[in-house]
Amino acid sequence: MGGYSLNDLMSILVMQGFSGLSMFSVLLLMALGLAIIFGQMGVINMAHGEFMTIGAYTIFITSSLTNTYFPSLKPFYFIFAIGIAFVIAFAVGYVTEFLLIRHLYKRPLDTLLATWGLSLIMQQIFRSVFGGREVSADLPDWLMGSWKPTESIDIPLNGVFVLVMALLVCGFVALLLFKSQWGLKVRATTQNRIMAGAVGINTKLIDRITFATGCGIAGIAGACFTTIASTSPTSGSLYIVDTFLVVVFGGAASLIGTITSAFSIAQAQSILTFFLTSAMGKVVTLLTIIVILMIKPEGLMKNKVRR
Amino acid sequence: MLKKMFSIQELNSGYGQSKVISDITLDINQKEIVAIMGRNGMGKTTLFKTLMGLIPTMSGDIVVDGVSLAKMETYNRVQNGIAYVPQGRMIFSNMTVLENIQTGLSQKANGKVPDEIYSLFPVLYDMRSRKGGNLSGGQQQQLAIARALVTNPKVLLLDEPTEGIQPSIIKDIAKTLKEIRNLKDLTIIVSEQVLSFTMEIADRFCVLEKGKLVYQNTAVNVDEKIISSYLSV
Repeated sequence: MGGYSLNDLMSILVMQGFSGLSMFSVLLLMALGLAIIFGQMGVINMAHGEFMTIGAYTIFITSSLTNTYFPSLKPFYFIFAIGIAFVIAFAVGYVTEFLLIRHLYKRPLDTLLATWGLSLIMQQIFRSVFGGREVSADLPDWLMGSWKPTESIDIPLNGVFVLVMALLVCGFVALLLFKSQWGLKVRATTQNRIMAGAVGINTKLIDRITFATGCGIAGIAGACFTTIASTSPTSGSLYIVDTFLVVVFGGAASLIGTITSAFSIAQAQSILTFFLTSAMGKVVTLLTIIVILMIKPEGLMKNKVRR
Repeated sequence: MLKKMFSIQELNSGYGQSKVISDITLDINQKEIVAIMGRNGMGKTTLFKTLMGLIPTMSGDIVVDGVSLAKMETYNRVQNGIAYVPQGRMIFSNMTVLENIQTGLSQKANGKVPDEIYSLFPVLYDMRSRKGGNLSGGQQQQLAIARALVTNPKVLLLDEPTEGIQPSIIKDIAKTLKEIRNLKDLTIIVSEQVLSFTMEIADRFCVLEKGKLVYQNTAVNVDEKIISSYLSV
């Protein structure tokens, strides 16, 4: 195949597979927030990518401040910065829901348009504040370098970190959804909003917190993103289409579906990109998804949702 | 003398500009069970939805134990002592029986289901890990009542609780409702079309016709023929 030996092919598959895992991690974190928001409120948030960018710029700012004022904290700042990225994206999401989204419930097309407008506004704010050029955070040493299990396999440490982070966040979200009072309220509201209100759940508050949490998780995705790429005002918009693909392909409101979908799309794109081209890799992935959705319109995992 | 627990005052409501409920006024005492009778489409469900705040009140007031609910959101009304078992039960089918009950406990810190709930509905304890959607109609009805009861209501609204339930279970529901009333000093309002069921439990009968209260009498003085005439198509 293309002049590669079996050994070369195995190494390529492992390397590309791992590169796909890094992409899977960012896609999963992005899609997780989007799936929760879409599953509960039916809101298609076109500005979700910009909440990721907020997280990425938060890492950049925290990195610059640490280098300038607290250089001794450089080895540890990244961990705290992830928390700050979540808090800032959560806060902006909370205010956005209060000022904009809540007025547009039950109007999905208006929400689509309004959040698209919001994404353009946010991109312009990023451009005005940080400039149009790409910026990179100064990463701590322990995130640099790679692990070489064999001569031909080279696994970057930042990729491992992003993967671990994504799995941790995913586990935490699952724990929140299935073991906490908030999760119980979210699931009740997702299944039957009217009945949730009629058993005493403040569904409007749950909507606001859920929307903000989804945005906060996108902020964490942005923080992870800075370890594998530079940040520009349009970084988020590059991921939004793939993220929607993950949500639709996985089956909205299904956690397992979102994970499976993010994994399949990221791996398919990563491996196909090596053997074809980047554009052709996307085309083949997209066509495959379209065919699967024609056969299974509800996505990979069906979740019986009654509203 | 029992105190007045629930009051509907000159209530008007409907969908958009179309009025469905017209000038309903009704006072109900603590521990009283009132049956709201009427054919399909006469406004029983709309009345209940209005009482719960699921349909906006056009004018009038709804008062539970001296507190006006008319301008409150639904969840706030529940916190102020009104609970609802809707037509069709509307249990959360993808959640377990235990989780369904716990949704009614969402305002309480520990989320522990009171023992009395399982004493009233032992089947719910046995099936607490099962998905709500996998229960039979009668079991779902018990679950819906349990979920409403854990909110600690003063007034319980039941919208056609016998719908789709087999006759033997209907008798059990009637027995349980009387038990709950005595146990918790609860005021119960039940909308129904099945006269035999309401004759077993109600202290007072009201008939709703085209959104208006057209007949009202106590269980002692009620004339079954009059009510039946309103229920026949």
